[in-house]
Amino acid sequence: MMGGLQPGFGAIGYDLAHLLGGAVLVLSFALLYQRRLTAVINIYAMQSWVLAAAAAWQGWVQSSAELYVAALIALGVKGLAIPLALHRIVRRLHIHRAVETALGIFPSMAVGVALVALAIMVVLPTTMQTQVLTREDLSLALSVVLLGHLMMITRRTALTQVIGFMSIENGLILGAVGVQGMPLVVELSVAVLVMVGAVVFGVFFFRIRENFQSLDDSHLDQVGGAHR
Amino acid sequence: MNELRIIIGMLRELFSLPGLVVVVPLATAAWLSFVTDARRGAWINAGAATLAFLLACALPWEPTTGTLLLVEPLAAHMAILTSFIGMSTAWFSRDYIAVEATEGRLDPMRLRDYHALFQTYLGFMLLALLSNNVPGTWGSIEAATIASVLVVGLPRTAAAVEASWKQLLICGVGISMAFFGTTLLYLAAVPVLGSGLPAMSWSQLPAAAPAFPAAMLNLAFVFMLLGYGTKAGLVPLHAWMPDAHAEGPTPVSAVLSGSILNVALFVILRLRGLLDANPDAIAPGPPIMALGLASVLLASFSLWPRRDVKRFFAFSTIEQSGVAAFAFGLGGAAATFAGLLHLTLHTLTKAAVFQCVGRAVQLKGGQNFTDIGGLLVRHRALGLTLAAGIVAVAGLPPFGLFASEFLVLLATVRELPWLVAPLALGLVVGGWALAMRLISLCLGPPTPDRGAAPGWIALVPAWVHLAVVLVLGLAMPGRVAAWFAAIAEAAP
Repeated sequence: MMGGLQPGFGAIGYDLAHLLGGAVLVLSFALLYQRRLTAVINIYAMQSWVLAAAAAWQGWVQSSAELYVAALIALGVKGLAIPLALHRIVRRLHIHRAVETALGIFPSMAVGVALVALAIMVVLPTTMQTQVLTREDLSLALSVVLLGHLMMITRRTALTQVIGFMSIENGLILGAVGVQGMPLVVELSVAVLVMVGAVVFGVFFFRIRENFQSLDDSHLDQVGGAHR
Repeated sequence: MNELRIIIGMLRELFSLPGLVVVVPLATAAWLSFVTDARRGAWINAGAATLAFLLACALPWEPTTGTLLLVEPLAAHMAILTSFIGMSTAWFSRDYIAVEATEGRLDPMRLRDYHALFQTYLGFMLLALLSNNVPGTWGSIEAATIASVLVVGLPRTAAAVEASWKQLLICGVGISMAFFGTTLLYLAAVPVLGSGLPAMSWSQLPAAAPAFPAAMLNLAFVFMLLGYGTKAGLVPLHAWMPDAHAEGPTPVSAVLSGSILNVALFVILRLRGLLDANPDAIAPGPPIMALGLASVLLASFSLWPRRDVKRFFAFSTIEQSGVAAFAFGLGGAAATFAGLLHLTLHTLTKAAVFQCVGRAVQLKGGQNFTDIGGLLVRHRALGLTLAAGIVAVAGLPPFGLFASEFLVLLATVRELPWLVAPLALGLVVGGWALAMRLISLCLGPPTPDRGAAPGWIALVPAWVHLAVVLVLGLAMPGRVAAWFAAIAEAAP
């Protein structure tokens, strides 16, 4: 046992956790301003690596073996397997490589900054009784979640929406690993991962539908009627 | 290794009676994923759902408080209701799915997936109700969501795939908010219950809730209300529901309509209890009531322009879910009693209605109102059953929903008289739309038949449901009333 966290600046436990949490948030902003699909996928992978590092660091600080498992899951599945699968989908299905946005880059960055401010204003005053680190980690996590929502709203294609969804999920895990002694973190992160897997499978499936539209139409004719 | 011991303890709990209620559907799901013969799969599906229902009926006599499972009267009641709907829909779906497959709307190869997913969905819904820890409930609801998303997409039409995609994204966002709320709830509980599993178990939270830091509890409540409100189809987050109901196979509409919103409202009811117990927290009633009332109003007006029968009834589900949420928000034993009764009766009625609608759609070969008309003229049994179901959903006597809506209004008059007007407006507008559609669907000039007419056996599950609703409306047995009152008294 490390004797808990030393609160405040200067203590290495606090500083490094803070740095990693902040890096996850910065990468969320990077997701917002990318214009190329492959870059978006790469930044998502980087965000997952940083998340894995944050979880592992929390595991060391809280001397909890489960958090190392959570870190390994984040690194292996979200940092490697999912980005590779997404790159494959982009290549195989010839998805348009540029990101289509519903809101320009500058307005979405401005809204993003406002959301971070909102997250801080909501979380910090309400969590006065808890540790400093937990409070700040939670506000970072909520910021990442809100930026993920923003990305889902402002992107038009299924694939970028999916990446927004997965970055929301990174924010959730960041929040959960930052809370000291939270049980079942591993089980939860696996459960969330199943959801993400379903979403990635869904995008594959969705693009197939768009590519073979004619097949579906003939099927509809067979049913014989308007379907709404 | 502490973690490992907890997991082993949880696994052991799965083989008690309450555990079996959950294990039977999940094990059957695993079995069904290897059964390629669709007819055998349908029999296994129906048999397992019946077994789960019979096991669930024993729950009231098996109160349990374990690490994994919690059986208290409310959870037992909801589990019996959910497994009953599962059972009757599984029997209904046996014939229904066979017709869908022969007419080419469902690939026979996919029937295996369909049956396995049906049981997966049922098992996780039951686990969500009986789970004793907050993340357990969350994970089960999420798993059930994924199963339902996959079933909705099974017909593989463009519209079905789009509906399942929409459901996955909206519910995914909702469920992610619920996750954040869960983390916050744990953080609120830690100062009182200490870190570890107790701070996450439903059985320990209510007693400790008065000492939780109020601000954190409030924040957790807001996130969880929005998250689970998505699953309940409450208004700002209801958009997935009409699509999922309209495009998925009909038995799925019947089950979705009956169980997922019940489970979500059940969680919201428990949260209400936590906030009520804490003197410094915000009053949980007004936000829940606001979402409920907004759902009633928006859904009742949205009923009017609908052209698709299944979408129409999906909006009606949103409306009824809003009524129940409103009653739960109102608080107090009388309103909770009314809300609970409403939830139960609506589940039974709506499942019956969807079963009839599914059959009518097969018969007429389309699901627009223009395709289906004059059912009473040539298909008397189907037409009468559907008419009875719509009368019941519209909240007209002699069916039970009249009584429950009346009780909700009565409780509103007592607590907040000025809210009676908008609520009654919603109910009247919604009921009126249903009555208009009743006329066009069942009376009026008949449209040509383009499919197989259902035999009377196909309607038996719907008759059973409507009979229960009728009995509860006309003459509720004293013991049933006492059962509901006891749950409402004990409800958080």
